[in-house]
Amino acid sequence: MTVFLNIVVVLLIAISLWQLSKVLKIYKASKEDDFVANDDDNKTQGALMLAFVIFLFLFVFYGFYAWGDVLLGTPASEHGSTIDALMFTSWVIIFAVFFLTHTLLFYFAYKYQGKKGGKALYYSDNMKLEMIWTGVPVVVLTGLILFGLYAWNDITDYDFDDEDQPLVVELYAQQFNWTARYAGDDNTLGDANVRLIDMDNVNVLGLDTSDPNYKDDVITKELHLPVGRRVHFKIRSQDVLHSAYMPHFRAQMNCVPGMITEFSFIPTITTADMRNDEGIVAKVKHINELRAARKAAGDEENVDPYEFDYLLLCNKICGKSHYNMQMKIIVETPEEYAAWIKTQKQAKDVIKLASK
Amino acid sequence: MSDDHGHHKETFITKYIFSIDHKMISKQYLITGLIMGFIGIVMSMLFRLQLAWPEEPFKIMEILLGSKMAPGGVLDANAYLALVTIHGTIMVFFVLTAGLSGTFSNLLIPLQIGARDMASGFMNMISYWLFFLSSVIMVISLFVEAGPASAGWTIYPPLSALPQAMPGSGMGMTLWLVSMAIFIASSLLGSLNYIVTVINLRTKGMTMTRLPLTIWAFMVTAIIGVVSFPVLLSAALLLIMDRSFGTSFYLSDIFIGGEVLHYQGGSPVLFEHLFWFLGHPEVYIVLLPALGITSEIIATNSRKPIFGYRAMIASIIAIAFLSCIVWGHHMFVSGMNPFLGSVFTFTTLLIAIPSAVKAFNYITTLWKGNLQFNPAMLFSIGLVSTFVSGGLTGIILGDSALDINVHDTMFVVAHFHLVMGVTAVYGFLAGVYHWFPKMFGRMMNKKLGYLHFWITMVGAYGVFYPMHFTGLAGLPRRYYNNTAFPIFDDLADINVIITIFALIAGFGQIIFVYNFISSIFYGDKAPQNPWRSNTLEWTTPVEHIHGNWPGDIPEVHRWSYDYSKPGHDEDFVPQNVPMKEGEVELHH
Repeated sequence: MTVFLNIVVVLLIAISLWQLSKVLKIYKASKEDDFVANDDDNKTQGALMLAFVIFLFLFVFYGFYAWGDVLLGTPASEHGSTIDALMFTSWVIIFAVFFLTHTLLFYFAYKYQGKKGGKALYYSDNMKLEMIWTGVPVVVLTGLILFGLYAWNDITDYDFDDEDQPLVVELYAQQFNWTARYAGDDNTLGDANVRLIDMDNVNVLGLDTSDPNYKDDVITKELHLPVGRRVHFKIRSQDVLHSAYMPHFRAQMNCVPGMITEFSFIPTITTADMRNDEGIVAKVKHINELRAARKAAGDEENVDPYEFDYLLLCNKICGKSHYNMQMKIIVETPEEYAAWIKTQKQAKDVIKLASK
Repeated sequence: MSDDHGHHKETFITKYIFSIDHKMISKQYLITGLIMGFIGIVMSMLFRLQLAWPEEPFKIMEILLGSKMAPGGVLDANAYLALVTIHGTIMVFFVLTAGLSGTFSNLLIPLQIGARDMASGFMNMISYWLFFLSSVIMVISLFVEAGPASAGWTIYPPLSALPQAMPGSGMGMTLWLVSMAIFIASSLLGSLNYIVTVINLRTKGMTMTRLPLTIWAFMVTAIIGVVSFPVLLSAALLLIMDRSFGTSFYLSDIFIGGEVLHYQGGSPVLFEHLFWFLGHPEVYIVLLPALGITSEIIATNSRKPIFGYRAMIASIIAIAFLSCIVWGHHMFVSGMNPFLGSVFTFTTLLIAIPSAVKAFNYITTLWKGNLQFNPAMLFSIGLVSTFVSGGLTGIILGDSALDINVHDTMFVVAHFHLVMGVTAVYGFLAGVYHWFPKMFGRMMNKKLGYLHFWITMVGAYGVFYPMHFTGLAGLPRRYYNNTAFPIFDDLADINVIITIFALIAGFGQIIFVYNFISSIFYGDKAPQNPWRSNTLEWTTPVEHIHGNWPGDIPEVHRWSYDYSKPGHDEDFVPQNVPMKEGEVELHH
């Protein structure tokens, strides 16, 4: 592969040099005053403008055809469908404006290519036109802003009633891994501070053992979430900035040392159901074909069959292994979740109390 | 006064090195900017190789980066982050701020407003040499033992503050901060000079509403620079305090390397606010000069007045004002109060309005023109295209609810490279092709210019259009590779395509370098006004002289956009041509 690439690189350089020498000849032969575009140039370049915009539009369509299936697909949280609807609306506007402006821009470039003795129109202002392209964006953007603010306020409203009983989970980030802490039966996290971290006594998250709320907290390396119940994340970092990114849930919040940030959503699709989602099935099939091809080619890494899982990724540069800071998320039925959490050890059984 | 100019003897040193002539200083900025740009482009090609073929050995990596950063030709993960960081820093600050603004503000402000030189030639010289010094320090930082700064060009603490967090945050980061502090001093001296010159030294008749749009753009750019760069300076100084003197402006409650650090009470979010208070206006510090340059070039080569001159000025001012109150859109998920998110969404999306005005005004200027496709014109049309297609995805990123899921993904990288990177580079290149005859007295080869443009244009879209898909698939930026996540396996093809286009676009720049250098020495001699343009710089002699005009400074009688005006024989009427009897001036 490398040899091949090096050859390609050398080849490219060779071609460019060859092209240069060729152009140099033309250049030497060029007549006086041949440095300003003449009618021939205008004709060629005008035609190329038209050719380019056709190429660009085809390329845009090709992208959707060829890469459409790499996208994230069905949102797995309640607010996720609102976000996707807003996203879709934005894309409609974007493509409408993109095609309109590019058609005009490149068509005009082609149509009004210069000719010797040609005359341009002395036309410098039109209040009506200016009002149109000020007014139309104003109206469209007002709609977008209102839709966006409605969604944003809804997503970031963390004042939950007690009846909602959101599941409180702490996400704890450090170079380069994640830890989750469940609030336990009292649904209240015990206080914590990195100053209280005590490796010898297995207090890895710095829980404050003088706060009784810590006792039933459950610390895990996998994030299990019951479907249909609101989760309220409290997010901490012990060293540098990280970002808790859960793309399938359309969820993200930075992890900031020295403060607790929060995010909340309701997972709506269990991992098992998501594995049967049409889009995910196609995506997984594609990935496994690639993996099989790699295996057939004799590769050893990344060849095992892949099964879909939700993921928590780090999305804020945090150091050398930033690219591999992940945690598996499992969304399951409330019964499965209850059974799983029972098998986990509570903090009071893990942390050894320092002799006081 | 004017008699003195061009007569005193100059030594090599006063003419070419410690010159106080704005035309020479502009050339110094251009050459330095191009060299830095070359370094930045090569870096991007190297890390693109890694992203397309992760952990494949490439001999070229070892040759260029040494066996420490690329042992056996495989790029190291820390070195990858270093390359990404320095690529961003160099491109944003050294190429597109100093290189672009420094070159064209210096060249064009005195020439287009009709002044003998900048208000303070000495300050101008200091400004360049500080920029040169900061460039040298930035390049030196590449060679320090633990590697250069690697925390991303945004250098968020604590990562950038703690050498324990990554090796690049040691000496490399110190040099980065020193270099940037000097850079900011340079930028401020330059900007103050530009503002004062435009306000005070305009020639007789050059009212503000007769100024070419280039000058409007440069002046407004300088104003936002003066408003926002000092804030970055203070952010950098506080970071230096935290790093070296034990203060806690940005740091609190940190446990790293097995121990608790003493920092207490600071917040990284404060740094983010200070950084983006410059960081967002910076986007427009980069963009506005490019837009100003293209306004001029599109009008000249369309042989038509720029459409909506006053609306263009208003939109430049509106963009500049808005750019200073939108910084929070980089911080929707930073942990700041969500209410602020609402405010910043509102202000951010408003920027689409003046931007739309500019885009449509460009398009209308082409309508019924007599378009002359000189290379500068091609790049200007390319600029309008990338400005629109890159800008449009801004309505996704500027919308806080949507930003949640695309924040810091490759989608962002695709967006800002199109709207600010490629667009500003096109403005830069358009400017070089257009004003090369003014700078060097010779012409660049147009055929090579055409070839250069089309390779760059296809290359740029080939790189950044597919990149949107990787971002929408959830791929974070600044990932050394994505093989740790099977779910991103299907992005491998796209990554290869992006890299191939990046190599094509990158190697395509060789054509430009060749054309640029050979034209300086062997290009056709330039006529006085090769593009038949209206602005005053083309009334000066081709040979540079101190003081720009041999006799009196020309007086201005009209705006700079009287192209194809009825009642005149030629399709252009330079600004210094008096009004004919009964001729009506637009807008006055």
